[in-house]
Amino acid sequence: MTAPTGERDELVIAGDEDVVRVRQVVRGFALRAKLSLVDQTKLVTAASELARNAVNYGGGGQAVVELVGNGRRVGVRARFADDGPGISDVELALTDGWTSGSGLGLGLSGARRLVDEFELETEVGRGTAVTITKWAR
Amino acid sequence: MDRIPILKIGQVLLVSIQIDLQDQSVLALQEDLAEQISATGAHGVIIDISAVEIVDSFIGRMFATIAATSRLFDADTVVVGMRPAVAITLVELGLTLGQVRTALNLEKGLAILGKLAAERELAEGLDDLDEPVQANS
Amino acid sequence: MSVDAGDTDSLAVLLSKDADVLIARWVALTSAPLRGKVSEAELTRECRELFDTLVAAVSTGSRDFQDPAFVEVRAALEELSRNRARLGFTPSETVVGVFALKRAMLETSGQRTGDTGLREVIEFTLLLDTLGLWTFECYARAREEVIAQQAEQLLELTTPVVRLWDGVLAVPLVGTLDSARTQVVMEKLLEALVETGAEQAIVDITGVLAVDTQVAQHLLKTVMAARLMGAECTISGIRPQIAQTIVELGIEFGDITTKASLADALLYAMRRSGVDVVRKRAQVG
Repeated sequence: MTAPTGERDELVIAGDEDVVRVRQVVRGFALRAKLSLVDQTKLVTAASELARNAVNYGGGGQAVVELVGNGRRVGVRARFADDGPGISDVELALTDGWTSGSGLGLGLSGARRLVDEFELETEVGRGTAVTITKWAR
Repeated sequence: MDRIPILKIGQVLLVSIQIDLQDQSVLALQEDLAEQISATGAHGVIIDISAVEIVDSFIGRMFATIAATSRLFDADTVVVGMRPAVAITLVELGLTLGQVRTALNLEKGLAILGKLAAERELAEGLDDLDEPVQANS
Repeated sequence: MSVDAGDTDSLAVLLSKDADVLIARWVALTSAPLRGKVSEAELTRECRELFDTLVAAVSTGSRDFQDPAFVEVRAALEELSRNRARLGFTPSETVVGVFALKRAMLETSGQRTGDTGLREVIEFTLLLDTLGLWTFECYARAREEVIAQQAEQLLELTTPVVRLWDGVLAVPLVGTLDSARTQVVMEKLLEALVETGAEQAIVDITGVLAVDTQVAQHLLKTVMAARLMGAECTISGIRPQIAQTIVELGIEFGDITTKASLADALLYAMRRSGVDVVRKRAQVG
């Protein structure tokens, strides 16, 4: 029922500076979707966490950001995909404070709390893709 | 990568973050600050984030790290000017700032550091001349 | 043979001929855009009822929807749209069933009459329907926007941030707290803290009748966010019932400062900002 409205952007996330670029692009889309300031901040923060995850744990990947609509509301959807090792225990990975690296373990679980829709696809050895959506109130 | 400048005003080191922080800049700032505190013997650090639009878990952790490091040099850290949207997002993200003190603006941050320095001098008994001894209320 | 030839029977006859084929097609066309939201059996019942009342009305020779002959048709349509609206259908999804009858007639007209004049008329009216539908959708959307805007304005109106003392702000909340409103309060209060530099905030919920888990969570988050910003937030006026709810829901209020009344909270906030209140000794005389 949700359809892309045509505006979309694709970015390669390979390193540190790309995380910043993802934040800026997502912020631009959030502005166009007229998200409230708090919702913009939440979405950009979630995107930042996920982009960093893709760099740190997935060895880089790509981000697709687009404007979406469901007939009533507009929103921003962002998908972060990497070809990394994947996640073997999704439940565990979504637990606050759990980390496979040196982070705080708030990336995935925190990002999920910051958005309206959160979808995680992962396969061990194949990679991880996280899709998040935030709707304008 | 951009390096964040550190200003010294009296016994206080002031860091004003005006850019969208890259992870490398965050790490560099932590190192630079540790060096500066050690070199100057400053009693306080103020991190002004009034221009910062997002704080994710990585940047949030920097505050806690800086605070913990400066404690080792007997200095206090105050984060000032956090925007409401950023604060709401951090709460949702589940991030706590540990021993970091916070203040609404630079002026109040300086006041907190001043008070803490006075208390410390009092506790260390170094003050026998100009400060009247106060009963603890 | 034209649709509005004034021949009382022509349309009714046209409709009644092979009625079952027509209704079957009608149901199929109606159900497609609804994507299973209504069962086939339910639709068939609705269509059959509407069809029968429609044929009955048309047989009287009347083509005026306001005519008493159409009383039953109007009632059937009203019931249908009410049900759809309550179930959250869009205007289009609601009206589609009515318009689908025309397409069903068009599609079955070849085998039924072979009349090309009728075909053209129906094709044109189909086009007009689409235009009408679209207009209706736009209208409804605009109305919804107006309602949403008013709701937002109402939110703004009902959540004033007031200054109680130098450096002490308060939001007196009255009425029913829902998640959206609590969020608006939270944002407004925090913004006011930045603007005024006030370090003490009070959220007074004396006038709040009930809180649910979500609202209580939002209040907690407000307090935590204020703390992150370098301010202190006190919650005052928790009614006994609400206190009970909070305990029963197992919500952890932790180290958050709560005061029984707004007066207590104000006194606390003033003391925290370095002001002490002393009662003047009564003057003798």
